[in-house]
Amino acid sequence: MHRPRTTPFHERLAPLNETGIWKHWAGHLVAPQYQASLTQEYYAIRNAVALLDTSPLFKLRFTGPDARALLEQALVRDIGRCPPGRAQYTCWCDPRGFVEQDGVVMHTTEGEYLLTAAEPALRHFRELARQRGLPRVEVEDVSTDWGILALQGPHAHEVLGQLTDDAAPLRPFQLATTRIAQRPVTISRTGYTGDLGYEIWVRSPDAIAVWDALVAAGRGHNLTPLGTTALKMARVEAGLLLLGVDFQPSRQCWVDEERDTPLELGWEWMLRGRGGDPREFVGREAIEAERRAESSRWTTVGLGLDWRDYERVFVEAGVLPPHHELYAETTMSVYRRGGREWDLAGHIGSFLASSLLRRPIGLAKLPLDLARPGVEVDVEVTVIRRPCLVRARVEPLPFFDPPRRTAPVGRSAP
Amino acid sequence: MTKDRMLDAIVIGGGHNGLVNACYLARAGLRTVLLERRPLVGGATITEELVPGYHFTTFSYAISLLRPEVVHELGLVEHGLMTMPLTTTFQPGWNGEHLLLGADSWENFHEIARHSPSDAEAARDLGRLLARCSRALKPWVDRIPPDITSDAPEELAARAELQEYADRLAPDVREMIERMMASSAAEILDEWFETDLVKAMYASSGIIGSRCSPHSVESGLVWLFHKLGDYDGVPGQWGFHKGGNGGFSQVLARAFEAAGGEIRTDAPVARVLYGDGVAEGVELEDGTVLRAGTVVSALDPRQTFTRLVDPADLPTDLVTHLREYRFQGTAAKVNFALSELPVFPTLGRREDIFRGFTNIGPSIGYLEEAFADCRAGRFSRRPFLDCCVQSTVDPDMAPPGSHVMSCFVMYAPYHLAEGSWSEEGPRLADTVEETLEEFFPGFRDLVIHREVVTPLDIERTIGLSEGNIFAGELFASQLFLHRPAPGWNQYATPIPGYYQCGSGTHPGGCVTGGPGRLAARRILADRALPLP
Ligand SMILES: Cc1cc2nc3c(=O)[nH]c(=O)nc-3n(C[C@H](O)[C@H](O)[C@H](O)COP(=O)(O)OP(=O)(O)OC[C@H]3O[C@@H](n4cnc5c(N)ncnc54)[C@H](O)[C@@H]3O)c2cc1C
Repeated sequence: MHRPRTTPFHERLAPLNETGIWKHWAGHLVAPQYQASLTQEYYAIRNAVALLDTSPLFKLRFTGPDARALLEQALVRDIGRCPPGRAQYTCWCDPRGFVEQDGVVMHTTEGEYLLTAAEPALRHFRELARQRGLPRVEVEDVSTDWGILALQGPHAHEVLGQLTDDAAPLRPFQLATTRIAQRPVTISRTGYTGDLGYEIWVRSPDAIAVWDALVAAGRGHNLTPLGTTALKMARVEAGLLLLGVDFQPSRQCWVDEERDTPLELGWEWMLRGRGGDPREFVGREAIEAERRAESSRWTTVGLGLDWRDYERVFVEAGVLPPHHELYAETTMSVYRRGGREWDLAGHIGSFLASSLLRRPIGLAKLPLDLARPGVEVDVEVTVIRRPCLVRARVEPLPFFDPPRRTAPVGRSAP
Repeated sequence: MTKDRMLDAIVIGGGHNGLVNACYLARAGLRTVLLERRPLVGGATITEELVPGYHFTTFSYAISLLRPEVVHELGLVEHGLMTMPLTTTFQPGWNGEHLLLGADSWENFHEIARHSPSDAEAARDLGRLLARCSRALKPWVDRIPPDITSDAPEELAARAELQEYADRLAPDVREMIERMMASSAAEILDEWFETDLVKAMYASSGIIGSRCSPHSVESGLVWLFHKLGDYDGVPGQWGFHKGGNGGFSQVLARAFEAAGGEIRTDAPVARVLYGDGVAEGVELEDGTVLRAGTVVSALDPRQTFTRLVDPADLPTDLVTHLREYRFQGTAAKVNFALSELPVFPTLGRREDIFRGFTNIGPSIGYLEEAFADCRAGRFSRRPFLDCCVQSTVDPDMAPPGSHVMSCFVMYAPYHLAEGSWSEEGPRLADTVEETLEEFFPGFRDLVIHREVVTPLDIERTIGLSEGNIFAGELFASQLFLHRPAPGWNQYATPIPGYYQCGSGTHPGGCVTGGPGRLAARRILADRALPLP
C-alpha cells in the first residue's frame, strides 16, 4: 500500500495530533492543527512559544567558487550583502521580471549557501548556471538531508537558551552553527510569524533528538506544537505573503494577469540601494523599466476592514458576524469608493479575522493610486449568500510588529 | 503637582471603569486626573506578584463582557490588549465521573452523550439559543438606558424604540429572555436536561457572585447576564487576559497616559466638593483640594451617594432606593501558588483539562446545600468553586513548571451569623483546600502559597460595599432602568457636574467597561463635545 512521505520528525508529531487530520505539503504529511483549538495554537505564537515542522520545504545547497556569482545573478537581493553567518529573505524572477519564488537563503560558511523554496528549483538554478557560464558551482537538492523546525514566540529564546548559548547573540537574520543535544544544527533568527523566533536546521538522523531536547526545554513555557493553519494566520498579521496564495510562480501561470513582479508584491524594499549594484540578475532590466515607467499594474498592501461596518452588514442581516478562527485564502473583491458603484479595483488574497488585532485584515492587491496608507476602499463580504460592501483602509505592513521580534534577547536564565 | 494646573475632569477610583471613563475624557481633550486610593490601579481587576514569580489575579480572573466598542474606540490593541481563549470547561463529578468540554463542538456532543444523548442534543440547541439571546440584548447593553421617571419626548422616544426592537425579536429569543428574567436557572434547566452533572455545569453561571441558588428566581437572569459577552465574537465564551486581569488594567492605564491623562495613586478621596450645589472638585483624605467642573465617581452607589457626598443633600427617593439597593456580598476567593498541576485520577496527568474553568459543584443539590449554609449565615461547608489555572495558558504567570490557581468561592456571606471574617477566613481557605483534595487527591501537597480574600477583604481593599463583586446584585430590580435607582440610571447625579461610572451603573458588574464608556458619552454630550 502506498503511504505518503513523512518528515524526519513524524514519529514525534503523529501522536501529538489530537485531531487526526493531516494534509499534504509538497507530498509530505503535515498537521493543519494539532488540537481542537486553533486559537490556542495561534496564541502560542504571540504569548508563549510554538514549535513547527517546516521540513517539507525544498532545500538547495550551493557550493563551489561560482556559487556566489550564480546567486548574485539569480536572486533579486544582493547576496554580496549577506556575509557568512547571515541569512536573507529574497526572491527570484523570470527574465520578464515576474516572480518565480521567494525563499530564505543562508550563507552558512564561506562559499556555502542553503536556500529554501516552496517549489522545486534545482533545474532552474542549474540551467541558469549553464546559461551564464558558471561551471564551478554545484547545486544540490538536499531536501531530505535536513529537517527544519521553527521555534516561534516570546518564549523562544528562553527555550533555546537552555540548550545553547549561541542563539542569544543572534540578531534577526543572523545564524549560528552550533550543537543541540550534541547534534550539529544551524540556527537562524528567522521565521514566518512576525514574532521573536528561530529556525533550526538539523540533519535528518538527528531530528528526533533535537525535537526531544526542544520539547523538554519547552516544558514550563507552554511550548505548543503548531500546525500550518495557525502559522498562516500569524503570517497575515506579519504581512508575509504566501506562494500559491498571494502569488503564483511565473512558470505555472498561463497569462500575465496571474503573474506578479516584485514591485507588484510590495517588495520594493528588496530593490533599494540598487544604484551602485552592477548585478545583472534575472529580470532586472524589466523590473528597472517597470520602476522607471511606474508601470506596475498593482501593488500589495495591507487592508484593515472597518470593524463597525463589518459588524453592521451581518447584524443587519440578522446573523452573527463571523470572527472566530476565520482565515481564508479565497479571493475577495475590492472596489473603489466614491465613483460609480461596484467599481472593481483589486482583491484580497489572504484574509484573517485577527483575534489579536480584534478586526478583520487582508493582504490585498490594489492599483498604485489606491495603494497609499489611509486610502479607503470597499471590500466585498458575503453575508448569507449575498455580496455586501464593507469599508476598509489601506494600512502599512506589517499589521503587527512587536519590538521583541528584533530586540536583542538576554542570555537565558540558567 | 497639578494643584495650579486647571483641570477639566477628576475621576475618583482607578478600577477598570474609572480608567475607561478617564480614557474617553482625556481623548476628548479634557485635562483629566484619575485618583486611586491604592498604590496600584485596577480595583477588582488587578494582578499581584504575591510570591516571587507567581502572579495572582486577586479578584477578577477572566474576561468576556468587555465591550468591543471600548476596545476599538480607545485603541486598546495598540496598548497591549491580548485576551487568550479559555478552551476547556471541566466539571468533575463524584467517583471520577466528569464532563470535559473543549473547543470542538462534536467532541463536546459526544462527551455529554456519554451521560445522556438527549442532553448532548439539548446542549447544542441551548447553546445556539443563548447565543442569539446574547446578541439580541446587545442594543440594551450598549446604550444609556431610558429614564422611566421622565416623560420628556426623548425619553418616550427611547422607550418606544426599545419596545419596537423587542417586538421585532424572534419569538423563541424573546420568550427565552423573558423566561430567564423571571425564572430560576434550575427550572429552565429541568426543561432542557436530564442529567444532574450537566445541569450543574450550566447552573454555575446562574449563581456566580450572587446571593441566590439555582432554584432562586434571580438565578435565570444572573445566568443570562454572564452570557452577554463573547470571546473573539463567540457569544458567551470567556478568555484570559495576558498577565491576568491586571494586565488589562495596565493596558487601560497606558491608554489613559498616552491620551495625556494623569494617574495619581495613594490618593484617597475624602469627599466631593459642591459649594453651590454644583460639583467643584474633590478633597483628598490628606486635605489636598483638586478643582474641576466635572467629577466622576467610579465607586459603587453606596460610596458615590453616601460617602463622597452628604446624603442629606440628595433627593429622598434616591436615598430610599439606595437603602434598599442590595449588596449582600456572598463570594470569596482563595488563590494558590502550586508546585505542579493537580491530578484528577480518572484523567491522569493532563494539562489540557485546566485550560479553562474548572467548576466544583457536581450537582444542583450540592449547590443548594452550599446555599443553605449561606442562608444560615455561614460559609458553605462544601463550597462551589470556579477555578482556573491561568499559567496553563500564560506561561508568564508562574515560574516554569509551576502554576497559579484562582478559586472563586461561593458562598461566603458578608454578614456572618457567628464569628468574624478574620477568624473565618483561614477556615474558609482550609475548606476550599479540603474540597479540592476530594476531587484532586494530593492537592494539598502542591500548595506553595495561598491567599484568602473574604467579602470583608473585598470591601476593605477596594471599597466594594459588603464585598459585592458587582457593586450591587445583578437582580432585575437593580438593572437597566433601576441601576442604581430609577431616574438616576443615566450616569448623572442630583449634583450637576458630578457623575457616576462604576459597576453600580448600567450595564453593571463584571469587567465590561460599559459603565465607564456610557458615562463618558453622557458627560461629553452634556459638554457638547463630540462622541467617539
Ligand atoms: C473577587 C472578584 C472576582 C470577580 N471575578 C470576575 C471575573 O472573573 N470576570 C468579570 O468580568 N468580573 C469579575 N468580577 C467583577 C468585576 O471585577 C467588577 O465588577 C469590576 O472590576 C468593577 O470595576 P469598577 O471599575 O466598577 O470598580 P472597582 O474595580 O471596584 O474599582 C473601584 C476603585 O476605586 C478605588 N477607591 C475606592 N474608594 C476610593 C476613594 N475614596 N478614593 C479613591 N479611590 C477609591 C478602589 O481602590 C478601586 O480601585 C469579580 C469581582 C471580584 C471582587
